[in-house]
Amino acid sequence: MAQRKPVRWHIVVFLAPAVLVYTALMIVPLFGTLNLSLFNLDETKTRLFVGLANFATLFGDPRWSGAFWNALANNAWFFLVHMLVQNPVGILLAALLSSPRLRFSAFYRTAIFIPTILSFVIVGFVWKLILSPIWGIAPGMLDAVGLKSLFAPWLGKEEYALTTLALISVWQFVGIPMMLIYAALLSIPDEVIEAAEMDGVTGWSQFWKIKLPLILPSIGIISILTFVGNFNAFDLIYVAQGALAGPNFATDILGTFLYRTFFGFQLQLGDPHMGATIATAMFGIILVGVCFYLFAIQTRLRRYQF
Amino acid sequence: MSQARHSTARTFGAHAILITYTVIALFPVFVTVINSFKSRKAIFADPLALPGPATFDLVGYQTVLKQGDFFQYFLNSMSVTVVSLFFVLMFGAMAAFALSEYRFRGNLLMGLYLALGIMIPIRLGTVAILQMMVASGLVNTLTALILVYTAQGLPLAVFILSEFMRNVSADLKNAGRIDGLSEYTIFFRLVLPLVRPAMATVAVFTLIPIWNDLWFPLILAPSEATKTITLGSQVFIGQFVTNWNAVLAALSLAIVPVLVLYLIFSRQLIRGITAGAVK
Repeated sequence: MAQRKPVRWHIVVFLAPAVLVYTALMIVPLFGTLNLSLFNLDETKTRLFVGLANFATLFGDPRWSGAFWNALANNAWFFLVHMLVQNPVGILLAALLSSPRLRFSAFYRTAIFIPTILSFVIVGFVWKLILSPIWGIAPGMLDAVGLKSLFAPWLGKEEYALTTLALISVWQFVGIPMMLIYAALLSIPDEVIEAAEMDGVTGWSQFWKIKLPLILPSIGIISILTFVGNFNAFDLIYVAQGALAGPNFATDILGTFLYRTFFGFQLQLGDPHMGATIATAMFGIILVGVCFYLFAIQTRLRRYQF
Repeated sequence: MSQARHSTARTFGAHAILITYTVIALFPVFVTVINSFKSRKAIFADPLALPGPATFDLVGYQTVLKQGDFFQYFLNSMSVTVVSLFFVLMFGAMAAFALSEYRFRGNLLMGLYLALGIMIPIRLGTVAILQMMVASGLVNTLTALILVYTAQGLPLAVFILSEFMRNVSADLKNAGRIDGLSEYTIFFRLVLPLVRPAMATVAVFTLIPIWNDLWFPLILAPSEATKTITLGSQVFIGQFVTNWNAVLAALSLAIVPVLVLYLIFSRQLIRGITAGAVK
């Protein structure tokens, strides 16, 4: 008895419900998919274990690899736009909102978060209508400030469509970094801020030198959530541009590529095995990014306990 | 004196930026809602004008309400979201507490195992989930959606909540232990109230994707009795692409309930966040 610690049942009780639901509905089906990526059909339509041959096809066979690398590059750009626009804007808004004695801050916070609560169906359609040359809201507004020549059917041009969609997505989701950073800023104790003020550190230098280091863990969480969210994105592009991710696949990202392959489109039949292969590749990409964050970044962040 | 003027200028600047962004955030919603009350001609003639006596027209709403049972869709969405949210917060907080509080063999591994779910969209397992639901007779029930959404929400909830729970002072919990509180009491009475701001945040993050999901309602519960509002409006918009009145009205009908729900909930949310219990 002396050498064995008693089982601490409360740990089991705390963990069991989450682990059970999660395993049954997420991990088990996922392994079904990973498993599927190792099989394919031969000429006689019998299922055959092919090992990693599907991946060789995906990365090397010109019929597949062109679409795959295109989707991956588009996806990387999509993510970059979010990191460069969404997160700085979110942090800026949160920093402004959290300044003490700011009037109407509840109103701003509520209003800015509204796009985030809307579904992709709504967001995709509303922006399609607004940017539509037929309805003419966007050209009309540009005309009012004398910039009509700048208008183009952005969603229809190969060179603009992806950036436009990324910005629409930024518009929709900026509320999330804002809220997380806002909560983090509020949890900084008043004493820390007061001590800074006593030392004459106020305004922007206070933000850069005192608050920013304290909210770095939250910024880390946001970055990784953005990464994962972007590499899983699908709905907005599907609603706005359809499964073909037009024009000419310029907005094709991994999610839409997976969907087309898995469920088929127009004359192409769905291919569950190649679909599962793409899903597994996506899983790998995301896994690499998350491991990089967990081991290279998170371990170096300093955590403060108040 | 100059100090005061300086801070006035700064306040003004802050308001200017916030107002600008608020306008950007609300403009598309505003345009959709006002145009849904106008006649077809007025929608195209002057999209930015408010509906006046000459242009006021409810034809879009009449078309929409003839077509589908939006109230039923709304109730379905509501029950699925609320029940899933409860399970995610409850189970998520419990698991997060176990991971952040106790040292036991496999702790890190369990944390990674649960965090895996943040990285993978649950959609990748759709085929297997569908087979499972067919086998257990749960297709076209709201229970199927609740189960899937609970599993979907848990990883992020555990991840965020354990980040926050690590910051809860260890002295406080140990003081509770010395006073003879059980681990369950420490969790429910001491720790849960302290992470309320984080819970509110997690609630919002969990709620939004559930409410807006199109994929699982379409695959697991597409029957008329179990349609969610997102699926309902998607189907509707698909049928009426060229009827701008109907599309705008359907969009407005899909926006308004969420908006009301959010405005009610945001008071709780703000109270939760500003309770500042972590201080």
